[in-house]
Amino acid sequence: MSLYDLTLSEVAGKIRNKEVTIKEVLDDIYSRIEDVEPKVDAYITLTKDLAYKRAEELQEKLNNGEDIGVLGGVPIAIKDNICTNGVKTTCASKMLENFTPIYDATVVKKLEEAGAIIVGKTNMDEFAMGSSTETSYFKKTKNPWNLNRVPGGSSGGSAAAVSSDMAFAALGSDTGGSIRQPASYCSVVGLKPTYGLISRFGLIAFASSLDQIGPFTKTVEDAAVMLNVISGHDKLDTTSADIEKVDYTKSLVNDVKGKVIGIPTDFITEGISEDVKQAYDNAIDTLKEAGAKIEEIKLEYAKYSLATYYIIATAEASSNLGRYDGIRYGYRAKDFNDLDELYVKSRTEGFGDEVKRRIMLGTYVLSSGYYDAYYKRAQQVRTLIVENFKKAFEKCDVIMIPTAPNTSFKFGAHNASPLEMYLEDIYTVPVNIAGLPGISVPGGFGKNGMPIGIQFIAKAFDEQNLLQVAYTFEKNTSYIDKKPAIEEGK
Amino acid sequence: MKEYEVIIGLEVHAELSTKTKIYCNCTTSFGADPNTHCCPICTGMPGTLPVLNEKVVEYAVKAGLATNCEISRFSKQDRKNYFYPDLPKAYQISQYDLPLCIGGHIDINVDGNKKSIGITRIHIEEDAGKLIHDAYTGDTLVDMNRCAVPLIEIVSEPDIRSAEEAVAYMQTLKSILEYLEVCDCKMQEGSLRCDVNLSVRPVGQKEFGTRTETKNLNSFKAIHNCIEFEIQRQIEVLENGGKIYQETRRFDDAKGIGYAMRTKEDAQDYRYFPEPDLAPIVLSDEYIENIKNSLPEMPHIKKERYIKEFGLPEYDAEILTSSKYTAAFFEKTNDICNNPKAVANWIMGDFARMLNESEIEINESKVKEDNLACLITLIDKGTISSKIAKQIFEEMFKTGENAKDIVEKKGLVQISDEGAIKAIVEKVVEANPQSVADYKAGKDKAIGFMVGQVMKETKGKANPQIVNKLLLEIINK
Amino acid sequence: MSVSKEDVKHIAKLSKLNLTQEELEKYTNELSSIVDFANELSNINVEGIKPTAHILDIKNVFRKDEVQPSYDREEILKNAPSKDAGCVSVPKVVE
Repeated sequence: MSLYDLTLSEVAGKIRNKEVTIKEVLDDIYSRIEDVEPKVDAYITLTKDLAYKRAEELQEKLNNGEDIGVLGGVPIAIKDNICTNGVKTTCASKMLENFTPIYDATVVKKLEEAGAIIVGKTNMDEFAMGSSTETSYFKKTKNPWNLNRVPGGSSGGSAAAVSSDMAFAALGSDTGGSIRQPASYCSVVGLKPTYGLISRFGLIAFASSLDQIGPFTKTVEDAAVMLNVISGHDKLDTTSADIEKVDYTKSLVNDVKGKVIGIPTDFITEGISEDVKQAYDNAIDTLKEAGAKIEEIKLEYAKYSLATYYIIATAEASSNLGRYDGIRYGYRAKDFNDLDELYVKSRTEGFGDEVKRRIMLGTYVLSSGYYDAYYKRAQQVRTLIVENFKKAFEKCDVIMIPTAPNTSFKFGAHNASPLEMYLEDIYTVPVNIAGLPGISVPGGFGKNGMPIGIQFIAKAFDEQNLLQVAYTFEKNTSYIDKKPAIEEGK
Repeated sequence: MKEYEVIIGLEVHAELSTKTKIYCNCTTSFGADPNTHCCPICTGMPGTLPVLNEKVVEYAVKAGLATNCEISRFSKQDRKNYFYPDLPKAYQISQYDLPLCIGGHIDINVDGNKKSIGITRIHIEEDAGKLIHDAYTGDTLVDMNRCAVPLIEIVSEPDIRSAEEAVAYMQTLKSILEYLEVCDCKMQEGSLRCDVNLSVRPVGQKEFGTRTETKNLNSFKAIHNCIEFEIQRQIEVLENGGKIYQETRRFDDAKGIGYAMRTKEDAQDYRYFPEPDLAPIVLSDEYIENIKNSLPEMPHIKKERYIKEFGLPEYDAEILTSSKYTAAFFEKTNDICNNPKAVANWIMGDFARMLNESEIEINESKVKEDNLACLITLIDKGTISSKIAKQIFEEMFKTGENAKDIVEKKGLVQISDEGAIKAIVEKVVEANPQSVADYKAGKDKAIGFMVGQVMKETKGKANPQIVNKLLLEIINK
Repeated sequence: MSVSKEDVKHIAKLSKLNLTQEELEKYTNELSSIVDFANELSNINVEGIKPTAHILDIKNVFRKDEVQPSYDREEILKNAPSKDAGCVSVPKVVE
């Protein structure tokens, strides 16, 4: 019997009921990793020793009749930009190749309090900057559905790990689509919660006003379970919302009767592939049949999200990444004659191309004389986009759009033009700009066999409606049943 | 040589005396081993976030109210981006376009002339770490204990015209901050320091000259000397047909010279933008009103009270209230001995001189309020003479010993027994017939000599009034 | 080109990055095309629109002024590439 292909909820139940031991589950996961990881390259660091030690402690507690938490004994992967005390956290950068945090991120604490076992730290685009995980300094993660293609990004390692059953769930971070897009490319569930629902304390910042942590899971149910664990107010994060705790599993109801689903017809136009369009139309039909009301809405400013995003995100990044200067931690160049050379050489050698590109773009838009034209204007457009969504939600409960305009692409496909790659984020970025919750759910496959994700978007802090619609969609389709071959393909 | 006018503005940095740093719970206490008052937040480790200390807002608002500023109902914090080894995040969280306090003023007094100095703004920000030069290796060491200690920056209008005015402004600000108990104002520890912006222009010229900024002056003397130096330097440059460059400078107080810093200003572009990790500060009228009501009695109000309540001359009241510690010392002492003028005289006289000589503040002295009060009471009761009291005070200042104990130990009780004094007076009169003759011939001074002789005989313990009285009686008999 | 080579040199300097001649050319082209793309925002009328700095309507998030223990120095300096005498060390800072 293999355990690795169970869902998180299933395996947690089996552990709790003592049908299996935690060690058995862990053995199964690590043997799966041994088989699959050489092909997929989802992990940067495996924390095997720590995991087994923890498994023992948890099992003992369980055997003593103690409660070990909803995630008791469940192996989970963490994106390598989320700080783990004593375990290297690299952001997939040469800059932090040897960086070991001295504290745990709030989400890591919450996961451990709920009994989760961390199996490893997953690969990503360097400092979460990218849409393919190709900008990782260490390795290229492959898409389990076709090893010649990218898993998406920036949380590509987390998506691939869950997709190929190397973890029951994984944490990712989403600044412009970094959870939803790889979830879509790898046919798993990827949830980006409302900005402020999850503490960012311990998430190594890319763009502070957009970053949000969220889970990758095999099912919507598991996403709700994970959200229950990681959400909640944190005094260490000023931007964490001080709201009442909600039990999201209560939203796991297969029913959308009376729910109004918004379809932004003016937004879903150019650049969308036929396969994705087809899957999207099918999704509309699925929900219609399930009893939802489909309502056309307008999001006239959504198309400006991408430009807005690249100004705000890079500006904040240019500031957030200033601290990597070779002084207190991180890479320090070997040869330098003075302080300035130490700075310049450490940063020039420690950062990859994409990171440099974004630091420079962000520096440019904030620099003297350009602030009003770019940063301030982008923040004003951000207001328009927020208003746009508010108005749309007067007419609907949940908005549905594709997660990405295309399916996964081949390695190097966008090397020539960074801008082209940026355009892949067109459907995910508006959600970050407006701080809304969004979820990508498996929504079909293209003619090339690659997965397609369908994205649902709800009002801020309305994860309940979001999860209910996503759950109903999942229950009325069978895309999650299909497993990747983990082979090379076209 | 042309006549020049000097234009000065000061940017004063005051470390707030909160218990913890501005964005984390590390202590702000001074003088610990390097890097022992640090955590991931104040050392800018990846993934950390700031949370604002509520006391920082309160203290800054207090400073704003005490300097007649408008308190902003809406303000925010911004990032100022630059690289420097003492700045772990490579940005300083400060306030850019919406500071907490704007548009105030304080009144200063230079040689009896009053003047109002405008305050442009007061904003909150975090301090940087300390760089230590390692003489052995030649490297620079970074101590992050001071990183993120809360600061307020008080920016003056360019209303200051001389070194004296600058020092008076700084002294007044220091006094206000001490009264408010928002800053310990230990200038030698750097908890109160200032940057001097200075330009000169020929009298009559409308436009300002190019200004220079001299950073981090942390004593009144350094401020004074730096300004004198910079005025002379700028005038000399202009007189020789040269040009003043807008530059950042340092002043070496030991050598008495200023120099331009080597860091080039051309690359300086701080790229301010709103701090996304911190929420705006929105203050209600009620919040501000509550703080207003909690403010202590400020120096100018206290001064008026001293004049009215204690009948002190304006001069005395001004000096006593110029420092919170002096005023507190005065009031506590007077509460015990109830002789305001005598207490004032002691504090402004010998006591002030000795404090000055040993370069300490009144609150750091070994002489405590009850002891000074005891000394004054001993004089008032006639137990000791004022002359003896001066001796006793010196002892008190040195050792902190109780006045009464010194009197008893050294047998310094004043002799007021007329019989005992009379015998000595008679002896002195007898031994100095020439002085008696001089006195009778109208030379009043001669009496003083004889008093002195009596005092010498009694080791200063005779009651001078009685000596005087008896001398006259005996001579005139 | 909306971004000149001089611009790129300037921002590289501000960012403490060194570019080879080739990289300078490359980044100038790339940044230009991204900035051109971002310039589409200049077509939007934003007059009177308040900038959104915070997506959440938050204000006055404060912490109590209560001391908690600091970290051990060894921990604080654990990741430092060069340290001496309980401090992080850097090449001589010249003022």
